[in-house]
Amino acid sequence: MNRPIMTTPTKLTPTPGQTVGPFYGYALPYAKDRELLAPGSPGSIRLQGTVYDGAGHPIPDAILEIWQADADGRVPQRTGSLVRDGYTFTGFGRSAVGNTGVFTFTTVNPGPTEEGAAPFIAVAVFARGLMNRLFTRIYLPENEEALAADPLLSSLAPERRKTLIARRDADGGLTWDLRLQGEDETVFLDFEGASK
Amino acid sequence: MPEEINVEIYKADPLSGDTSDQATEAAPRTHAPLDAAAESQADLSAEMHALGEAYAQAVRNGAPAEVQPRLDYAPYRSSVLRHPTKDLHHADPETIELYSPAFGHMDVHALESDLTIAHNGEPQGERIVVSGRVLDGDGRPVAGQLVEIWQANSSGRYIHKRDQHPAPIDPNFTGVGRCITGADGSYSFTTIKPGAYPWKNHLNAWRPAHIHFSLFGQEFTQRIVTQMYFPGDQLFPLDPIYQSIVDQDARDRLVATYNHEQTKPEWALAYNWDIVLTGSKRTWTENEALGAAGDENE
Repeated sequence: MNRPIMTTPTKLTPTPGQTVGPFYGYALPYAKDRELLAPGSPGSIRLQGTVYDGAGHPIPDAILEIWQADADGRVPQRTGSLVRDGYTFTGFGRSAVGNTGVFTFTTVNPGPTEEGAAPFIAVAVFARGLMNRLFTRIYLPENEEALAADPLLSSLAPERRKTLIARRDADGGLTWDLRLQGEDETVFLDFEGASK
Repeated sequence: MPEEINVEIYKADPLSGDTSDQATEAAPRTHAPLDAAAESQADLSAEMHALGEAYAQAVRNGAPAEVQPRLDYAPYRSSVLRHPTKDLHHADPETIELYSPAFGHMDVHALESDLTIAHNGEPQGERIVVSGRVLDGDGRPVAGQLVEIWQANSSGRYIHKRDQHPAPIDPNFTGVGRCITGADGSYSFTTIKPGAYPWKNHLNAWRPAHIHFSLFGQEFTQRIVTQMYFPGDQLFPLDPIYQSIVDQDARDRLVATYNHEQTKPEWALAYNWDIVLTGSKRTWTENEALGAAGDENE
């Protein structure tokens, strides 16, 4: 089934995804995986939330990845996400949830990547029982004008739109819960559009 | 990667100190009211057959081929409460999503691609080399990107406290590997052929032998986690995870090819598996299209 290697760009059919399964815990997590910045360092915030299933129960075997711009809205292109040197902001983090379905990251508020754009953090979620990864976004709650103008948010009904916007905590952190199914199910994204 | 395998691996996550994997018994019961133990393979096979027949009929009636697994695939019982019931929302990827995190040889040591040398002795089992290329949907090599794998040992046992399968642990095999793709998108791992293992989806449920693969593209939208299987496995028709891809051509894309030309005499059997990510959404510069090696950007 392996096709000959293509030498000229050609449309190929993508390889299917499969569930991450229950046993990623000794493979995907790594030291400081959820610390895009050292906790407590200037400008750092906590991003946390809980992953729920369709019965409203927290699930203990999901793993989230975030990918984001830095505080100035620049897209990082520095290596070193797996071996953090404590100084380089790579923009990537990974957090397996704990017993209670809670994930935690230490990061910065992303800046707008374009003038006037609503800043967001890109998310990929994987779980036992989830056949393929899902993409979503976490928007910062401030700047309502930018949120109102955002192409994705403005295409959603209000009750769906709110699933993508984090709450600002009293300590400056962000809380954002992810619901795989049910009432208040998180909006998940399809980037392939009509080609699917 | 742990140097020694010991019981601590099963008791706590040595990397982050979190206890997420101890949840098997204590976790809230999140399952639909299905008595998994009472369900037989015949029940599950009948369900899978019916879904496959319905798909074949739909294709005959002009429905497009499905190239990804179904998120809603009830024969995989754990998926029942863990799939979105609303349609995925079409979005045009924006800025950050059009780029990928950068990885390089700062992140991954060259020896991490050999899973047979992580401990003092040789692991038990059939030594294999799994290699191939990571391409995007336009056929371009995905250069300088991270590939992560994990797998059971030759007896079908994972180094994971949640794996209660009473097969032997191999003190010389952890089953975790990583590498950075070459300029041509190539990867290669030396490992041991994993065994099949039982799970509790239904009575007498066995997973076909597989290696978990985690891949990054040049854009975050291309991120994928999947599983590679071995040709000719008798468990394929019985496995709800493999069968959640209802299209046979799509399922076949997860099966490696045995390659006798690359098999190393008196050393290791060779398998090839190419991985195709989704198409690029970004307008590429000429340099990018030629495939820059990851470390050149460090």
